[in-house]
Amino acid sequence: MGTYYDPADLKKFGNIGEFQKELADKFFSYYGSVFAEGALTAREKSLIALAVAHTVQCPYCIDAYTTDTLEKGCSEAEMMEAVHVAAAIRGGSSLVHGVQMMNKAKELSM
Amino acid sequence: MKSLKASGHNLADSARQLQSLQDKVAETLQLPRFSQKLEAVGLFPLRPVELAVFQVNMGKMCNQVCRHCHVDAGPDRREIMTRETMQQCLDTLAKTSIPTVDLTGGAPEMNPHFRWFVEEIRKLNRHVIVRCNLTIILANPKYHDLPDFYRQHQLEVVSSLPFYNADKTDRQRGKGVFDDSIKALRMLNAVGYGQPDSELLLNLVYNPAGAFLPGSQEGLKRQFKRVLQDEFEIVFNDLYAITNVPISRYLNFLITSGNYDGYMEKLINAFNPAAALGVMCRNTISVGWDGFLYDCDFNQMLDLKVASPVQHIREFDAEALSQRAVVVNEHCYGCTAGAGSSCGGTTA
Repeated sequence: MGTYYDPADLKKFGNIGEFQKELADKFFSYYGSVFAEGALTAREKSLIALAVAHTVQCPYCIDAYTTDTLEKGCSEAEMMEAVHVAAAIRGGSSLVHGVQMMNKAKELSM
Repeated sequence: MKSLKASGHNLADSARQLQSLQDKVAETLQLPRFSQKLEAVGLFPLRPVELAVFQVNMGKMCNQVCRHCHVDAGPDRREIMTRETMQQCLDTLAKTSIPTVDLTGGAPEMNPHFRWFVEEIRKLNRHVIVRCNLTIILANPKYHDLPDFYRQHQLEVVSSLPFYNADKTDRQRGKGVFDDSIKALRMLNAVGYGQPDSELLLNLVYNPAGAFLPGSQEGLKRQFKRVLQDEFEIVFNDLYAITNVPISRYLNFLITSGNYDGYMEKLINAFNPAAALGVMCRNTISVGWDGFLYDCDFNQMLDLKVASPVQHIREFDAEALSQRAVVVNEHCYGCTAGAGSSCGGTTA
């Protein structure tokens, strides 16, 4: 194997049951329920998943949820806005810790 | 943009398309042939059920040149149905009780005998669907009254709109198509089409603008309804989600974009026996511009005539045709993936 991430591995996701079937079955059953239509639409959930995929920086998830959002009729602008939401939260989570830095700096400073 | 045929492209040859699909499925991907998949679920040979739809392709001439078109239609195509062949269709209809006539093309309205044909079919008291590409209504002043003509003859209008914004629609169907489609939809709404209290049906067709499958028809319909209402004050009745079948220009797109293997694999892995049971070729007969008979419009474009001694509309024999097996090939995976696909949307 020449790389840690092989795009062809995405479709083998279901094979994780080969080593531990019971937990895999429970996970995929739960996964299916999570993404079904509910209080949120399947389309909204797919956009959330796309944003989270960028936050966890999972190439498999990015491929999977780019396809899924396209299939669910999301526009490219909606998809990029979802990525910006991920970026804003990631950036914001760094910056909000700036308050902690300021608190500590003020505590230590004359 | 020219049609594949006018540009001398090798995929204009249906035999080459079929060979490419067979090689891809059986050799490159080493996956089961469509007939083997049907056999495994007890559906091979695929037999017709009662004939419900008489689909007439009135010709390959069109004012648009869409990148996914399975007909390879366009302004440079001259193959259109003659009045004589239309009369043979009418004679056939008069001898049968097939309830629905589905008119397609190309742009069927560009056939000079279109209006006469519609009037004659309506005299036979059949439900008529016209597959209108919307922009034809604005293409020439002589077509501006089409919405009123449709209304007068109580036609059901089925129109392609691959997306609810200009960017994606125009990438698939040509520059300016979205804006003209919106104008045409407003004209149809203005004469009563798609209105909640009206019997004039306006249904939209969604097909993916790329190498992916359509999502839930219900979810897409909800989204289209919301955006078209909020942004354009347009209403419609239903939305049919149709899977792109890998032939003709769409096949060319798959090959040139590097998506051929992935798309075929996806279609085949998504094979759904319930969708196979409900495929439209089982209750449809498709008439070509030259009067030859096919199981569906896709088979027509691949020159796969019905497997029956009866092959032309002038010798139509419902009993003989009911004995045939539907002709299948690897492109049929397009209609059996996921929730299934037909000219009327999902089937499973």
